[in-house]
Amino acid sequence: MGLKTFKGGVHPYEGKELAKDQPIVEVVPKGDLVYPLSQHIGAPATPIVAVGDKVLKGQKIAEAGGFVSSPIYSSVSGTVKAIEPRRVAVGDMVNSIVIENDGEFTETAYTSCDDVTKLSKEDIINKVKEAGVVGMGGAGFPTHVKLSPKEPEKIEYIIANCAECEPYLTADYRRMMENPKELIEGMKIILQLFGKAKGIFGIENNKPDCIAKLQEMVKDDPRLEVCPLQTKYPQGGERQLIYAVTGRAINSKMLPADAGCIVDNVETIISVYNAVKLGMPVMKRVSTITGDAVSKPGNFLYSIGTNYTELVDAAGGFKVQPEKIISGGPMMGFSMFGLDIPTTKTSSSLLCLTKDEVAALAPSACINCGRCVTACPEQLIPSRLAKFANNGISEEFEQWFGLECIECGSCSFACPARRQLAQSIKTMKKQVLAAKRKK
Amino acid sequence: MSDLYHVSSSPHVRSKDTTGKIMLYVALALVPTSLFGIYNFGWKALLLMVVTIASCVASEWVYNKIIHKDQTIKDFSAVVTGLLLALNLPVNLPWWEAVIGGVFAIIVVKCLFGGLGQNFMNPALGARCFLLIAFAADMTNYVTDTYTGATPLAAMRNGETVNTLDMLIGRTAGTIGETSVIAILIGAIFLILMNVIDLKIPASYIITFAIFTLLFGGHGLDANYLVAQLCGGGLMLGAFFMATDYVTSPITPVGQIIFGICCGILTGLFRTLGANAEGVSFAIILSNLLVPMIEKITVPRAFGVVKEAKNKEGGK
Repeated sequence: MGLKTFKGGVHPYEGKELAKDQPIVEVVPKGDLVYPLSQHIGAPATPIVAVGDKVLKGQKIAEAGGFVSSPIYSSVSGTVKAIEPRRVAVGDMVNSIVIENDGEFTETAYTSCDDVTKLSKEDIINKVKEAGVVGMGGAGFPTHVKLSPKEPEKIEYIIANCAECEPYLTADYRRMMENPKELIEGMKIILQLFGKAKGIFGIENNKPDCIAKLQEMVKDDPRLEVCPLQTKYPQGGERQLIYAVTGRAINSKMLPADAGCIVDNVETIISVYNAVKLGMPVMKRVSTITGDAVSKPGNFLYSIGTNYTELVDAAGGFKVQPEKIISGGPMMGFSMFGLDIPTTKTSSSLLCLTKDEVAALAPSACINCGRCVTACPEQLIPSRLAKFANNGISEEFEQWFGLECIECGSCSFACPARRQLAQSIKTMKKQVLAAKRKK
Repeated sequence: MSDLYHVSSSPHVRSKDTTGKIMLYVALALVPTSLFGIYNFGWKALLLMVVTIASCVASEWVYNKIIHKDQTIKDFSAVVTGLLLALNLPVNLPWWEAVIGGVFAIIVVKCLFGGLGQNFMNPALGARCFLLIAFAADMTNYVTDTYTGATPLAAMRNGETVNTLDMLIGRTAGTIGETSVIAILIGAIFLILMNVIDLKIPASYIITFAIFTLLFGGHGLDANYLVAQLCGGGLMLGAFFMATDYVTSPITPVGQIIFGICCGILTGLFRTLGANAEGVSFAIILSNLLVPMIEKITVPRAFGVVKEAKNKEGGK
């Protein structure tokens, strides 16, 4: 295989055939919409509406709470019903704005831009910032911060993360098939910020149609390139993707910009296009609603803030009662104990499984087989790290590079003794980092 | 509350590999060797296999019962230990001595140190070395109806020449499972293809031993001597099935190569300088003891971490 990739990784069951060929369907929200004020990394947004206020679709309802933060917009017209803590996908209670949908969808006017090439760099970054664009692959890091590195002249690659390496997810795939123009135009807008940079679309080779389509569309642009990648989880991990595409390796203390790279995922780049070209804030996104418990798995374009229950209804409801529902993919997603959870900017998928295969497995003794070592894309020794973690030995945990873990879950996936390696390591990582912050 | 869904930490899917499956593959990989042993040495070989496997599994069951631990015999690891032990015994060994070996392997070497995954020494080899000391005469009596001479390595030491083709096929005296290089290699290839083992340990072991023998073996570039040394004395069985034991070999990739080199050097030393013509078992269990130290000095640098950072943080 001459295809570019990284060292390590695993090959979970892909499950993409469930929703892969389902075109994106738009969902019209019916019930209340809930907007958690923290749906990005950084400071929570500050509400600028009060209970009882009338809002329009596309109206800003919360202001960024700092530089590393992001504003939030209403995706429907209606009345602010409450500002109160609501349960979110990761399980926390987060202060949220609740809007009663009047069903009219009265929209504010957006100022589109006829010629984006005339915009200054500051204008572009401001538009991205104002529109509330964040990393929509799952991390939710504010995109305007990413696009403002310390030394912009050193950026050589803008990498579009089109890997979509999480099993079952097909939203990015559908976006690439149905909205390739927006994706490419969005990339070009980002390239305007970095004179030296090349735009690279890194796509796993399990999507040959996307590779062919984008290759055809960018063939006349010397600044754009499609880079086919080997299909392997976690190919879409930021460090793994950068290594596959450029051969440069970064660690946890470095930013992609230190390797001359900026990585954005498909949905994010399309949001950049919407923000700069159309003047539209982030209000909608595409998610995959899938799993063997769903009647009609598919890909849906919906208003952010819509309750997951409505999305499951859009996918035909459950054909079998699921045992486990996961926000995100099966490798890194969060399992939720109820469906009554609002979608956010980072909701890439809802996976409903009839069987929780993990619950049935009992961990047994580690036999030191090294499968976790082979699987780890960060070249760590997960079994030892988990041991240090379980015994609370933070010193050795750090010496064995525990803080470099990207929490991809490949070790737990590979473990024949069914040990919860990733869980132990993640927990210890949090403790060590918290202790460091205290110092 | 009944309509709550399951929650757990990610990932929510798992590979199909299990400990039991891996052990089963190892047992399967030993089938050609076992069959050849039975063919070569007769039904007494089968009897010894049955006896050691039974005593290993029974010891583990009883031990778990007594100390109220969950039963672990279903993971097949005791079966593998028992079979490996039988393959490392001469066919003439009285059956009750084999039973003692099985009990020693499981109770003393494995269970007393915490059971599967905790033993620092390969149980089968630990038991073999125990038996070698406890029943020295029986353990070194390789004379059968078919083979009246010494093992090939012992014969070479006495200045006799050996037939390397016979050694490849396995038509020589020796322990039940060590004689047929071809049968061992069939099993080894199976394990490599099934991703159970890789070549790091066996290759570094065998290459180191070959170089050592060429340099210090006292026979110079004698191809026949070298091949006989490689094929004899259970080196192949040791390199592919014993040194590669997960629990008692390093988990770090570089550590595995160093471990193989240690095994190779020790085997070479024992064979050239020792009183005995063999030495694989002792070389491997001694190397087993070095594993914690080898691991300590071979912690791999994480992806993207450069050397200076390591000196600052991990260089204690």
